[in-house]
Amino acid sequence: MNERAYLDAASAEPLHPAAREMLLSAVDSGWADPVRLHHEGRTARLLLDNARAVLAEGVGVRPDELYLTTSGTAAIHSGLSAVLAARRRVGRTVVHSAVEHSAVLHTAGEAGLEIGVDMLGRVDLEAFTEAVRQPGVAVAVLQSANHEVGTRQPVRAAAEACGSVPLFVDAAASVGREVLDDGWSVLTASAHKWGGPAGVGLLAVRKGTRIAPAWPMDEREDGLSPGFPDVPNLLAAAAALQARLAEATELDRQHRAWIAEIRQRVAADVTDVEVVGDPDDRLPHVLTFSCLYVDGEALVTALDAEGFSVSSGSACTSSTLRPSHVLAAMGVLTHGNVRVSLARTTTYGEIDRFCRVLPGIVARIRAEVGM
Amino acid sequence: MNVELDCRGLLCPLPVIKLAKALPAVAVGDTVTVLADDPAAATDIPAWCRMRSQELVSAAENAYVVRRVS
Repeated sequence: MNERAYLDAASAEPLHPAAREMLLSAVDSGWADPVRLHHEGRTARLLLDNARAVLAEGVGVRPDELYLTTSGTAAIHSGLSAVLAARRRVGRTVVHSAVEHSAVLHTAGEAGLEIGVDMLGRVDLEAFTEAVRQPGVAVAVLQSANHEVGTRQPVRAAAEACGSVPLFVDAAASVGREVLDDGWSVLTASAHKWGGPAGVGLLAVRKGTRIAPAWPMDEREDGLSPGFPDVPNLLAAAAALQARLAEATELDRQHRAWIAEIRQRVAADVTDVEVVGDPDDRLPHVLTFSCLYVDGEALVTALDAEGFSVSSGSACTSSTLRPSHVLAAMGVLTHGNVRVSLARTTTYGEIDRFCRVLPGIVARIRAEVGM
Repeated sequence: MNVELDCRGLLCPLPVIKLAKALPAVAVGDTVTVLADDPAAATDIPAWCRMRSQELVSAAENAYVVRRVS
């Protein structure tokens, strides 16, 4: 049995030790209702305020600009819906890139106006600019960087193009790893991507951006995230973000070097492989490639048997049997697809072994179909 | 001359594998029409043509016409 090498941090990063430690103490101290006036309630309130302050600083907003939600997806669903409701007199169109997270596509629905991307996965800025300047645009949505292929998006230029139209940025792939571009009105993120627990999403709304929750409201989070808050988890998320930001420069340097090495070795040692995404202007920890004539499910399963956890955008690995909308929008090969994403615990030995094992696995799967 | 490959009901990468095996059998300048209803084929057959430097003549209604150019 091989040792496990977890290379799927872009799906979920293992819990940061700082978050684990905080969580264990916070379940004993932060369980009470933070809106109550008794001792236990005031303690929980103090801890909640503390978590909010740390998380707000981590994404560069004031604490009163940050709403805490139950997931990154919930932050997108509620944040985008609330901006749309507030802007309904201006229009209802949601301009967004073709490679946004499915939570954006689901919320935009028929009001969505999709802007194409180039082969690197970067939005067509000219088309985006033209689209946001048309009448009837409620909001524009652009991710900070693509979660599947790592390519960064031109957030600052998009924000300039937007003018008075609010720019909604899904920063889930970047927060905790990279400095964020400025100029946005709303920003969302998800704690389990930076080593915090699942069940914590961030919804940052800059002052002056109008929002109107379009669902039954209670007194929590100004109605943007109804229900009793999970104070221990929020504290753990804050501890993870703080710890992660302190390590970000060192991890960035290490991950970029290792990703560059995987990119080079995969391209050199595997024939008929297409490495996708921008080679330079990208996230530090993600690399995606597709192997011609290889079944993505067979590849993920074979790698798993060798101890490697990776994800895939190939159709056969999705419940809908449709290929990743990101790869399809880029026009790159969707079968035989693998996404490698490095966690803070990843070692050089793991990526070295991955690079040594991969060519043989690909050759074996191809041989089974006579290629 | 045109050769037809019926890949309906097959999932990727099978239509692409069949195309890759069939194209060398036709003369340079001739075409292969791949009938494929897997949604992934809409991306993968054009991507294969680009990677292999072959010409995608048309792609419509689950039918992809590929000309051998080398």
